[in-house]
Amino acid sequence: MSDTITMKEKNIQQVSAAQKTMQILVKFFTYAFLILMALIVLFPFYWMIISSLKTLAEYRLNVPTFFPQQIMFSNYAEAFTTASLGQLFYNTMIVGVVSTLLSLVITVLSAFAFARLEFKGRDTMFGLLLATMMIPGELFTITNYATVTQLGWMNTYRVLIIPFLVSVFYIYLLRQNFMQIPNELYLAAKVDGTSDLKYLWKVMVPLSLPTLISITILKMMGSWNSYIWPRLVANDEAHRMITNGLRNAFTETSGDVNYPVQMAAVALVSAPLFLVFVFLRKYIMAGVSRSGIKG
Amino acid sequence: MKVVLQNLTKIFPSRDKKAGKEVVAVNDFNFEIPDGKLIGLLGPSGCGKSTTLYMISGLQKPTSGKIFFGDDDVTELSTENRGIGLVFQNYALYPHMTVQQNILFPLQNLKGADKLSKEEMQERAYNAAKLVQIEELMDRKPSELSGGQQQRVAIARALVKMPRVLLLDEPLSNLDARLRLQTREEIRRIQKETGITTVFVTHDQEEAMSISDMIVVMKLGVLQQIGKPQDVYDDPANLFVAKFLGTPPINVLEGKIQGGKVYIGQEAVLEVSGAEDQDVVIGIRPEGFELAETGALHCNLVNVEVMGRDVSIVSHHPASQNASIRSIINADHKTSVGGQIVRYDLKPHKVFLFNKETEERIRCEVK
Ligand SMILES: Nc1ncnc2c1ncn2[C@@H]1O[C@H](COP(=O)(O)OP(=O)(O)O)[C@@H](O)[C@H]1O
Ligand SMILES: [Mg+2]
Repeated sequence: MSDTITMKEKNIQQVSAAQKTMQILVKFFTYAFLILMALIVLFPFYWMIISSLKTLAEYRLNVPTFFPQQIMFSNYAEAFTTASLGQLFYNTMIVGVVSTLLSLVITVLSAFAFARLEFKGRDTMFGLLLATMMIPGELFTITNYATVTQLGWMNTYRVLIIPFLVSVFYIYLLRQNFMQIPNELYLAAKVDGTSDLKYLWKVMVPLSLPTLISITILKMMGSWNSYIWPRLVANDEAHRMITNGLRNAFTETSGDVNYPVQMAAVALVSAPLFLVFVFLRKYIMAGVSRSGIKG
Repeated sequence: MKVVLQNLTKIFPSRDKKAGKEVVAVNDFNFEIPDGKLIGLLGPSGCGKSTTLYMISGLQKPTSGKIFFGDDDVTELSTENRGIGLVFQNYALYPHMTVQQNILFPLQNLKGADKLSKEEMQERAYNAAKLVQIEELMDRKPSELSGGQQQRVAIARALVKMPRVLLLDEPLSNLDARLRLQTREEIRRIQKETGITTVFVTHDQEEAMSISDMIVVMKLGVLQQIGKPQDVYDDPANLFVAKFLGTPPINVLEGKIQGGKVYIGQEAVLEVSGAEDQDVVIGIRPEGFELAETGALHCNLVNVEVMGRDVSIVSHHPASQNASIRSIINADHKTSVGGQIVRYDLKPHKVFLFNKETEERIRCEVK
């Protein structure tokens, strides 16, 4: 009797030992794979940073060095002035912040209307709005271009902000979020004496904060990364945005391009996005996975 | 504050234009809720209880009819100006606010002359919390509370504005059985302490009977009967009310009135005067049976359940509409039930006769 029990125990021990090595192996390969992937992803960033710190001469060596022999922080100062990054940052911030704020207001109010208010033709209107999502954004570029030239908006902040204020997708996203808030909460707020607007502000907005933060980040990143539209309609000194500015600063100067300085400029420009990603990763992931619905 | 409903009607347009027709959720209600009483609004799910409550609160507009608070016609008044407190079935607490912020919220929305100072608000919130015994939980979020505690917060929030009328929509249905019992006593205590006219909606007849001063029974939007719980139980207006009240439920049998006698099958069980000969439906409360050697009603015995204080006898009768007949006999009497057949005498005041078509009560004297 006792013999069989010890036999069983032994078996179990053997099995669990085999399982353990198996588990360790799986873990090892998983981590090895992840580290490899991380290296592949991180390498360009690493290359950008070290390149930005090299002298031009070192940069041009036939056998590239993996760490700068002489660290040139001055590249960064030079980048800042050559590309007039100050002005570019300023322009981009203005466009980014203003368009994000206005866009949030519009999104919140329309999502509220579509989620909460009852009016004739609401669902038809919403359906039509959704249908516009089927049209690829590039198609709008042409008609928008025609419109803004007619309005004489070329080379203004307006032209960078207004055409993209309404995003059907963000409205849709937020409306879905609003619709998940139970109807009783609205009735309770009515009993507690709030107006629609106050309810929206005091209850719906706080409850949808994660979505709103996602929208803010996506919108800001959109402004930061936009390239084609600003290039078409506002490529003058006063309104140029960061992506175009970078390109112009280092191609328009004829002759030698100081690549380390250019790298420094790129590093400076990427820094804010990098920080946003590090600190608000959670919301970006949420936003991106939600926007996965878009396909 | 007495509340009067006058010809109150609510018709919902059909949601699906092609298929359904409109829903008459509340059909021509007339009743008066006396000042300072607790009324139990009772009926099966979907009979229009919530709709009635929402109309009293002003959240829904009646299709026709009027609502008075005292002598004021409040039919056109908006919700926040009616001075009502409402507790929802799922409590509807603001999830992002603490208990204290939840209770303060109605006060912060007061306008004009009613506006309170910060200190007054704090004090009123504290008092409301204390009344429902949650003053220790002020800094918690609703998600950190048990169902019973959330319930109390909802009541505190409804009471903090010192409403003229308190409305509770199935406030106990999300609690477990023990908590339900405890909380209903609590609600009764708070109502007595504050003296606020209260409407308590429930589909649970036991709940309504146990705490209400008066119950209002409704079915499919139509008011069936109003009265003190015991009166309604003892004197139901129709078969629906008789069936709806009481646990175990009333036993329903087919029968007829013929020549001044009530027949179940071939057995004349009671005498009756003041009723014409007709087919009837007979309702017998479980406690309306008496074991008797010579009893007129013969049933086939199925089972005897001893429940301490009482004995419950389950039996069959061919005329019964229920699957079985359940009687409750006081266990004091030595009861010996043996054999296949159990014979009963009936207590006349526990037997109700209903018209077979209309299911209305036949008013007559049963002996
Ligand atoms: N907003 C509405 N639109 C259409 N029909 C409704 C609406 N609210 C309730 N009803 C209908 O009215 C009837 C009564 O509903 P309700 O008052 O919620 O019942 P109870 O609270 O007694 O369960 C139900 O048949 C329900 O489907
Ligand atoms: Mg209901």
